[in-house]
Amino acid sequence: MKARVHVMLKNGVLDPQGEAVRHALGALGFEGVDGVRQGKVIELDLADGTTEAEVNEMCEKLLANTVIESYTVELS
Amino acid sequence: MRAAVITFPGSNCDRDLAVGLEMVGAEVTRVWHKDSTLPEGIDLVGIPGGFSYGDYLRCGAIAANSPICAAVKTHAEKGGYVFGVCNGFQVLTEMHLLPGALMRNAGLKYICKTVGLEVGACDSDFLSNYTAGQTIQVPIAHHDGNYTATPDELDRLVGEGRLAFRYTDNPNGSVRDIAGITSANGRVLGMMPHPERAMEEAHLSADGARLFAGLLGAITTA
Repeated sequence: MKARVHVMLKNGVLDPQGEAVRHALGALGFEGVDGVRQGKVIELDLADGTTEAEVNEMCEKLLANTVIESYTVELS
Repeated sequence: MRAAVITFPGSNCDRDLAVGLEMVGAEVTRVWHKDSTLPEGIDLVGIPGGFSYGDYLRCGAIAANSPICAAVKTHAEKGGYVFGVCNGFQVLTEMHLLPGALMRNAGLKYICKTVGLEVGACDSDFLSNYTAGQTIQVPIAHHDGNYTATPDELDRLVGEGRLAFRYTDNPNGSVRDIAGITSANGRVLGMMPHPERAMEEAHLSADGARLFAGLLGAITTA
């Protein structure tokens, strides 16, 4: 089984990299890009039977820094 | 004072920190990240600057989960002194020995220059040789030094007098100009600027040496 973890800066935490990307898109002539947030995707290959709770624990302990980041888990 | 300086893969200020501590008279042992115990009788653990594990995942995140860091946490919980500089500060926040987190600099650029720091009204043996409110000159060299914490944590840091150093001219976007903070007992200090690079006049500032000398004096007279 696989899990896909999306890690994003929490709402309200300034994302300077996203802001830089937004400015660059504007410089390329793309209009109407009001905001850009940049995060990361982590794909996990897991032994069958791994529970969502275990993946959440991986996120809490290592994959995300919950001081500044939020995460969502997709299992497939 | 007996000190241990840890080396992770990617540490690059470990020798500087060890030499800086030796310059003020500390006895320094170098410790490898795969060790699971610290040498006996250690007063201070130094976590150096650099790019531990290539800054993979997040700065300091992998190092914070290395074998030696379990021993560092135990050392801190017993009231031992811990000093984290630059990447070491990032490691201390990832270990939850200090609150908050260090994000990419607001200007997105790596910054390497000497900056002014105002010493806080902070009751910590690390600050023994400084006076609250004085300005010292210490170099920074980082890409991810933009300190942040929740409003509640910030209020607690201020209320408990744990802001050790604040930038006089904020270079990186850190909330409330924070450059360094301590634990509640004052014995864990994390800071982005590099006092080990301000040890003598040839470094353009010797203000950093007073941090190490102050701690050594406080431990020796205790």
